[in-house]
Amino acid sequence: MSVEGQALAQDAARAGPARRHRLDHGRWTPFFFLAPAVVTLLAIGLYPMLFALVTSFRRYNITRAREGFPFVGFENYSRVLSDQTFWDTLLLTGRFFITVMPIQVVLGLVIALMLHRPGWGFMRSLARVSLVVPLATTYAVVGLLGNLIFNRNFGVANQFLSWFGFAPFDWLGNPSGAFAAIVIMDVWQWTPFCALIFLSGLSMVPVDIEEAARLETKSHWALLRHVQLPYLLPGLTAMLILRSADVLKLFDMIFTMTRGGPGTATELISIYIQRVGFRVFDLGAASAQAILLLLLTILLSRLYIRIFYREIQ
Amino acid sequence: MVSRPAARFAHLAGLVLVFVFAMFPFYWMVSSSFKDQADLLASPPMWLFEPTIKHYAEILADQKVTSAIVNSLIVAVSTTALAVLLGTPAAYALARFEFRGKSDLWFWFISNRMISPIVLALPVYLLAQSLGLLDTHLVLILIYLTFNLPIVVWICTDQFRSIPPELEQAARLEGARQFDIFWRIYLPLGLPGVAVSAIFSFIFSWNELLYALVLTRRNVQTAPVAATSFMSGYELPWGKIMATGTVIVLPVTIFALVVSRHMIRGLTMGATK
Repeated sequence: MSVEGQALAQDAARAGPARRHRLDHGRWTPFFFLAPAVVTLLAIGLYPMLFALVTSFRRYNITRAREGFPFVGFENYSRVLSDQTFWDTLLLTGRFFITVMPIQVVLGLVIALMLHRPGWGFMRSLARVSLVVPLATTYAVVGLLGNLIFNRNFGVANQFLSWFGFAPFDWLGNPSGAFAAIVIMDVWQWTPFCALIFLSGLSMVPVDIEEAARLETKSHWALLRHVQLPYLLPGLTAMLILRSADVLKLFDMIFTMTRGGPGTATELISIYIQRVGFRVFDLGAASAQAILLLLLTILLSRLYIRIFYREIQ
Repeated sequence: MVSRPAARFAHLAGLVLVFVFAMFPFYWMVSSSFKDQADLLASPPMWLFEPTIKHYAEILADQKVTSAIVNSLIVAVSTTALAVLLGTPAAYALARFEFRGKSDLWFWFISNRMISPIVLALPVYLLAQSLGLLDTHLVLILIYLTFNLPIVVWICTDQFRSIPPELEQAARLEGARQFDIFWRIYLPLGLPGVAVSAIFSFIFSWNELLYALVLTRRNVQTAPVAATSFMSGYELPWGKIMATGTVIVLPVTIFALVVSRHMIRGLTMGATK
């Protein structure tokens, strides 16, 4: 399936005959523009990637280097796939994604609509500019900050609870509390990203079309559904792709906030792989897990692109 | 547009809420960095207190923190510059030329962004060790390119595609060379996208922790590594940690705020008019 082809076809369909012109170019022209980036990425990324792939087919434990690193076929993969903890952490990662993503998309959309709506010019730009702050905050620092905010004794989260008459809560010492805490920090950091992308999509709706639609209907919902949605879908696809990849990679914030604890309550997949690779030193298994993870990410992205780009047409 | 006062007020309240939501943790970090240890450990937490700059004096006198900031700056600026330099021509080719395997190539670029650092950390470590590149700026600059180049390619491809092709055709008729078309039409008109991808590139590199933990030692320790290095012992030096956090976050935030007006026009992600 050709994503680019579809996108170009859409452009052509929208813009009419003018866009159907193909630009003539020499056969090698694209090559010259692409080569530097492709060569660089290959030169840097290929060896480590191949190394990880090869390692995933070997018994590779650094603490037992004396035994050598023999090839063992799919042993690591079958071990990983029958490892209950691997599935548990994957499931937990899925649960985390399914929790944060809808919140971020809905909140992001609401915020974008508020920022798009005319009126309160100064407050609007102030709110828009403030969205950049969570986005720019170092992930490791977000985790450290979460540690402080959700502290059992002197954390400000418990003070908020007490204002509403709730008893203080040991957030990070309790499995569901710790999960809630990482969800809250992730929502704080990434909702602005969704809001900005949606806002960008909203601003692409041609002004005359939006005005005409507003005259036709008073319903915000109808406007959103029929006029604005097509401009929001590409952004939503990008969000889903980037966020699922990020959640599968999520490491810094959790590492500095809970280290996967208490117990394994917040041990998402990359924290687990890091534990297998760098604390148990079973690099064969860690590489197999990582490769499986990469396949999953690619599969998900392909799926999103297929579903949403088709929706637009 | 006319709207009822109640709706107008709800709009304002919503905007204020967004502002508070976005700023509160940041405010809490900055205000905590000015509290002394006793105030930090007060329960319930204190909102009004006697500010102290003790922690800042401490960390700025600490060579570890100051050199970490410099290291982060060198790495983030170099990798961003390289990513834009290499990524924008590729984005131009993907946006405007037809050739076989184009969509696969696009997807290959994007998928580089999805590789978890966990996968590559160890092979990169071994490779860097054998090349004598451990604990150098270069190794971080190069490895950060693997996730910054895809971002630049992605955002700029979308941005360049929204530039009317008629401009390019007109330039061709006047006999402009291909590179001049890229340089004089696409780069300036696609500036919002280029700026946004540069911001993201800078933010991602400035904030990266895992590779930095694995690939650097004393000489090239970056800022996030320095911040986490205070996380040991029983009673954590919260003031120092928050002061370091503030010093790390502030430059990126200012940089991002300065260019944020480009942000909206640059993040269209393929929604073309």
